[in-house]
Amino acid sequence: MNKKLLIICRKPPYGNSLAREAIDIALAAGAFEQDVSLLFCGDGLWQLMAEQDSQELALKNHGKALAALPLYGIDDIYVQADALAERQLSQNELLLPVKALSPAEITALIDSADTVLNF
Amino acid sequence: MKFSLLVLAAPYSDQSVGTALRFAQTLLQQGHEIFRVFFYHNGVYASNALSTAPQDEANIPRQWQQLAQDHNIDMVSCIASALKRGVLDESEAQRYDQPCHNLIAGFELSGLGQLVEASAQSDRVVSFGA
Repeated sequence: MNKKLLIICRKPPYGNSLAREAIDIALAAGAFEQDVSLLFCGDGLWQLMAEQDSQELALKNHGKALAALPLYGIDDIYVQADALAERQLSQNELLLPVKALSPAEITALIDSADTVLNF
Repeated sequence: MKFSLLVLAAPYSDQSVGTALRFAQTLLQQGHEIFRVFFYHNGVYASNALSTAPQDEANIPRQWQQLAQDHNIDMVSCIASALKRGVLDESEAQRYDQPCHNLIAGFELSGLGQLVEASAQSDRVVSFGA
C-alpha cells in the first residue's frame, strides 16, 4: 500500500542541517516510489530561491538538492502563499514550479496525508 | 496501533529525547506496538555507547537499549548522520580505518530507506525534536 507522505519544511536552507536532511528523506521516499509531497512554510521558502551560492559557507548548494526532486518523481511541491507575500517573493524567483496554498488549503493538504513529518 | 518514532535531537541537549523515551514506554504499557525507532540528525548521539552520564543523571543511550531489549524493538540510527557525528559500528570503523567503534549494542546503522519503510508500515509516525 502506498501512503501519502507530506514533509513540511520550515527551516531556512543554511544554518541548520535539518533543511537538507528533510530533503534527503523526500529523495529517499521518492526513490522507494512513495507518494511524497513537500510544503514550504515561513523561512523554509528561502530553500527554494533559484539563485543560491553557498561557496563561501563551504556547504553544498541546497538548490541543487531541491532541483533533483522531479527526477525522483516528486512534483507535488507547495508553498505557503502568505509566507511568499510576507517575503515579497514571487513564484518566478523559485527554482521549481510550486503551488501556493491558502491556510484552508494547507489544512486540507495536511488532512489528506497519512504521515506528516515536520522540519 | 503500530507506531514508529523519529528522534532528531541529541540527548542531554534537548528535552524531546526524554519525551520520546517516555512516549515509547507509555505506548508499550498501553498495548501498542512500536515497529521501529529511527534516530536521525543529532538524534544519533543516543546510540553512542561511550555516553557517560554523571551518577545522578540517567544514561539515555542505555535507557533506549534497555527498552529495545525488553520489548524487542528495532532501533536504527541513520548511517550518514551517525558517521559524520562519530558514531560507528565495527564494520564502518574498519571501512574508514578508524581506531575504534562505539555504536551501542542493540542498535544498527542503516539508511533512510528504513525510515521510509517505517512510515509505510506504521499507522503513526511521531517525530521528536525538530
